[in-house]
Amino acid sequence: MLEVSGVSKSFGGLKAVDSASLDVRSGEIVALIGPNGAGKTTLFATLAGFHKPDAGRIVFANRDITGEPPHRICAAGMVRTFQITQPFARINVRENLMVGAYLRVQDRGESRRRAESAAAQVGMAGQLDRLGADLTVAGRKRLELARALATGPSLLLLDEVMAGLNPTEIGEIVEVVRAIRASGITILLTEHVMQAVMSLADRVYVLNQGRMIAEGTPAEIAGNPAVVEAYLGHGAAGVLRA
Amino acid sequence: MRRQDVLLALALAAAIVLPLVAPGYLVEVSMLVFFLAFIGQSWNISGGFAGQTSFGHAVFFGTGAYTSTILQITFGWNAWLAWPAGAIAGAIVGWIIAVLSFRAGLRGSYFALITLAFAEAFRILANSVSFTHAGLGMLIKADPRPANFQFRDPIWFYYLALALCIVSLLIAWQLTRDRFGARLVAVRENEDAARALGIDVFAEKVKALTLSGAIAAAGGTFYAQKYLYIDPNIAFGVDKSIEMLLVTMVGGAGTIFGPLLGALALTGINEATRALASVVPALKNVQPLSLIVYGVMLILIVGRLPDGLARLFHRVQRHA
Repeated sequence: MLEVSGVSKSFGGLKAVDSASLDVRSGEIVALIGPNGAGKTTLFATLAGFHKPDAGRIVFANRDITGEPPHRICAAGMVRTFQITQPFARINVRENLMVGAYLRVQDRGESRRRAESAAAQVGMAGQLDRLGADLTVAGRKRLELARALATGPSLLLLDEVMAGLNPTEIGEIVEVVRAIRASGITILLTEHVMQAVMSLADRVYVLNQGRMIAEGTPAEIAGNPAVVEAYLGHGAAGVLRA
Repeated sequence: MRRQDVLLALALAAAIVLPLVAPGYLVEVSMLVFFLAFIGQSWNISGGFAGQTSFGHAVFFGTGAYTSTILQITFGWNAWLAWPAGAIAGAIVGWIIAVLSFRAGLRGSYFALITLAFAEAFRILANSVSFTHAGLGMLIKADPRPANFQFRDPIWFYYLALALCIVSLLIAWQLTRDRFGARLVAVRENEDAARALGIDVFAEKVKALTLSGAIAAAGGTFYAQKYLYIDPNIAFGVDKSIEMLLVTMVGGAGTIFGPLLGALALTGINEATRALASVVPALKNVQPLSLIVYGVMLILIVGRLPDGLARLFHRVQRHA
């Protein structure tokens, strides 16, 4: 469904993403993990069209979307959420979601219906009349998710939707993400909350200093010395094993 | 019927009956209110709904005024025909300014400054080229017949201004309930989020400024027909730009009735201070007293009521 090959992106002299490749198959939940500053958000932003890659190719749904603007990529069915939530602050949740829903429908009533069903999917049905600015952190994360859902995507790029949430809230979001996948939407997510990654993901990619260093099932990744060292430092894998 | 609808129907009825019973002075002032509300609404579409603050909307107003006036005087067009031509010219200028500045990625104060620069450039051009009669301005020959878009009885300009105001309110109302309007608000609130949700931010901003330009230009022609005289300062001066911005900010940017409420408030203040200055000798030399009051009012609004006067009318609706 999504094939990324050799994508690079630099800012000035800093190579944020260095020839990264990954692929996501229809129906999967794939996680992209890595230490802080590994380039996960940059890679996401590049996939969604917010940055033009310096090199590499991005193919989504059998179409080369490399370098296309975000609104086209969204229309093609791949939608991102933001790690730092970006609510439309001065309009309410329903109106926020309707902006997403209007991507596929012109009619106001239909857009409203889709907005409300997206809200229900993430458990926000009771907050439809609240202003974007008045939501809690957890509420804003859900809003990000619901707004992306309202656009009717086939692939969701979730950028740390659990960051800043408490364990109860994380548990709830994990269930929401599962239900979204069950509804037929493929998911690529970045996450720091490892239990969530382990319980959700079918496959995991590990990014470190802009490079893809490992790929595999959650269990394989947890046992991979290169991954352990990326997080804990050189030689850490040996120490842990001893 | 909801209470709101009843109030609106009453206000409309009062507006229709007013010139039949009120003195001429009041009719003239009310005409100004509707006219200001109309050009304010043009600013509101791009500045209020789409959030692209402009300091130079006079560029569209003046384009409309000059286009229709030149077509009449130089090319002998009928004024009614020249009116839509002026609006189209305003739309074209809006489109060009939008494409140039949004393509260059100008936002916020940079966009505001570039619109101001355009208005000033047009003012200086109109002041120097011959087909606008340069600094002399253009005088439309008085021939008060309805066929010429000139009326002997000011009541007709009043009704025309009222109709324009109602049309502008309907456009704003439509924006609050259709996809285009929802997208403009999304662009205003957060461009990145709008982009991620599939909105072509550039295209929506261009559409907003094009529509806004057409409306402001229609206001320009109306003005030229009402006063039968325009010059570069009247048409492209900073005063008009500020007026359009001010009525909208005071009344409530991004709301349907904001420009109308703002126009009512500012015209009221203007008339009151003028009356005061003529009564109180000490104030005689404080020339545009209204400007001082405007300034104080703007500070109060920005500080205390950032959503404008319109907010007073539905305070409870939000935060439910």
